[in-house]
Amino acid sequence: MRKVYHRPEGLTDTLMRYCPGCGHGIIHRIIAELLVELNIRERTVGIAPVGCSVFADEYFNCDMIQPAHGRGPAVATGLKRANPDLIVFSYQGDGDLAAIGTAEIVHAAARNENFTVIFVNNAIYGMTGGQLAPTTLPNMVSTTTPRGRNTKLAGNPIRVCELLNSLDGPVYINRTSVHTPQWVLKTKKAIKRGFEIQMAKKGFALIEVLSMCPTNWRMSPIESSRWIEEVMSKYYELKLFRDLTKEEK
Amino acid sequence: MSERYLFRGNHAIAEGAMRAGCRFFAGYPITPQNEIPEYFSARMPDYGGVFLQTESEIAAINMLFGASAAGVRAMTTSSSPGISLMQEGISYSCGADLPMVIANVVRGGPGLGNIAPAQSDYFQATRGGGHGDYRTPVLAPNSVQEMFEFPKLAFELAERYRTPVIILADGLLGQMIEPLEYTFDPVDPKTLPKKDYILDGCKGRERRVIRSYDLRPGYLEKLNFERIKKYQKIEAEEVRYETDHLDDAEFVIIAYGTCSRVAKAAVRLARNNGVKMGLLRPITLWPFPKKMIEELTGKTRLFIVVEMSMGQMIEDVELVVKGKAPVRLIPHPGGGIPTAREIWERFQQFREEL
Ligand SMILES: Cc1ncc(C[n+]2csc(CCOP(=O)(O)OP(=O)(O)O)c2C)c(N)n1
Ligand code: SF4
Repeated sequence: MRKVYHRPEGLTDTLMRYCPGCGHGIIHRIIAELLVELNIRERTVGIAPVGCSVFADEYFNCDMIQPAHGRGPAVATGLKRANPDLIVFSYQGDGDLAAIGTAEIVHAAARNENFTVIFVNNAIYGMTGGQLAPTTLPNMVSTTTPRGRNTKLAGNPIRVCELLNSLDGPVYINRTSVHTPQWVLKTKKAIKRGFEIQMAKKGFALIEVLSMCPTNWRMSPIESSRWIEEVMSKYYELKLFRDLTKEEK
Repeated sequence: MSERYLFRGNHAIAEGAMRAGCRFFAGYPITPQNEIPEYFSARMPDYGGVFLQTESEIAAINMLFGASAAGVRAMTTSSSPGISLMQEGISYSCGADLPMVIANVVRGGPGLGNIAPAQSDYFQATRGGGHGDYRTPVLAPNSVQEMFEFPKLAFELAERYRTPVIILADGLLGQMIEPLEYTFDPVDPKTLPKKDYILDGCKGRERRVIRSYDLRPGYLEKLNFERIKKYQKIEAEEVRYETDHLDDAEFVIIAYGTCSRVAKAAVRLARNNGVKMGLLRPITLWPFPKKMIEELTGKTRLFIVVEMSMGQMIEDVELVVKGKAPVRLIPHPGGGIPTAREIWERFQQFREEL
């Protein structure tokens, strides 16, 4: 019998605590596969955020560190500058990266720090129970915008790729999604590119991944995927914003 | 080795840190300590280390979190408002048991306060400062020579106990220029023992995790009880202080840092006037020299606490003296520096009122 599915060596033998249909598990698996495929697992340090994926430090089978909410890019800077031989990735949610940690991500990108950021945008605060995120869409309901996000009161969403793309620093910026198998494959390609850029010591790569949070969107997993297809990806355009390594050629 | 140089305090602490093997500095400009990052930026390339001017003190302390996890001797410096911003990172570093050195060249507060020398961050430094049950050792230099030497001591303590260590200076110590002797050979970080907890890739070993959380019921309490043992050991073994004329003293001044320099002059003044005065200068503010104060309590007619704050260290003194002897305060909050004459005159008032 041929084994068609197995747990990649990049994941520990731990039961993941994500809700059914959650995008985090898919993205974890992609990263874990790449740690093995690129043969970097044994020299990688991963950074787990504060958010639903705080437990990423239990799930990835490599050295892991879990710092304060939003500070991943600063911690990554410290790790990588102190030991440039490491491969460092910072895994962050939208509250972590685009609200409390905005300064840290913008300045790490501006400095073109040589590490890889996987930015999981689910347009909501998952861990704390569905509050407004900096990426919550206009009119979208959250527990702190019960009548929908009124941009006059709650402000406008932040498009992180577009924001960072205004900087000279970053080498690679891409926005993908995991709502369909095709997009899962594209996300894997994008994250792989991010790691390769780091391995070649070329600099900062950020891959934003649109990701389902069925629990706090109050949708079924299938409805969640459809919502990304029909609504969320219209607001957050899925595209490669920048790959400076291509322009070099 | 015994060459002497004229050094500014802020330069001395930077040179001392790099000679002590510090190979990572991250910080954000703030007066009165700007000469420290400037000096690091000029000299760190020669030492083959990393210098980074950050976007904030929050970023700086978190870069130390990463650099320390990677195993290097890492340091940041700032002054009061910046140190407030670092409290989150210090708390996380204590929770993750990461060694690092943080120097606070204290200025007047609260708020933006002013840029004059002060000691008003005593509570913040000695009580932990951030959230959660933790302490950090606090070293209080009182000369340019000690500004040079304390980073080495701080790194040794930090690594021995896996904890952040605070050097609590003030604007005067930072700006003052004094002769300095290189009292130790430069430390080559490669010769330091390899740490068994750092993150350098899991090749040939189990993967490691550095974190400050444990959500499993009961576990955090266990962990914190373990950490308390570490603090008890520090309290038992790492108390440092200096004494001056204490043997026969009837009146004892307790002062640290800049104030201890002034207090020494006040003791001389008192002795010249035939008054048996002495000085206890805590060098570690935490752990606090409780035993020494306990011993003095039986034979001292009056304690005088001199501090450039509203009455912070005096609480630690009173906790030991427990009302068994009078304790009086000469406070200078917000930038004033006491003079020896002022201490002498206030002492005479205090004595009359006894
Ligand atoms: C300083 C601080 N403020 C607030 C929190 C509470 N908190 C934990 S997770 C979180 C939001 C996480 O949302 P996001 O980054 O979008 O990740 P998700 O859970 O959706 O994956 C917040 C506000 C915290 N842990 N620390
Ligand atoms: S709350 Fe949302 S983000 Fe968190 S695990 Fe559940 S589905 Fe995933």
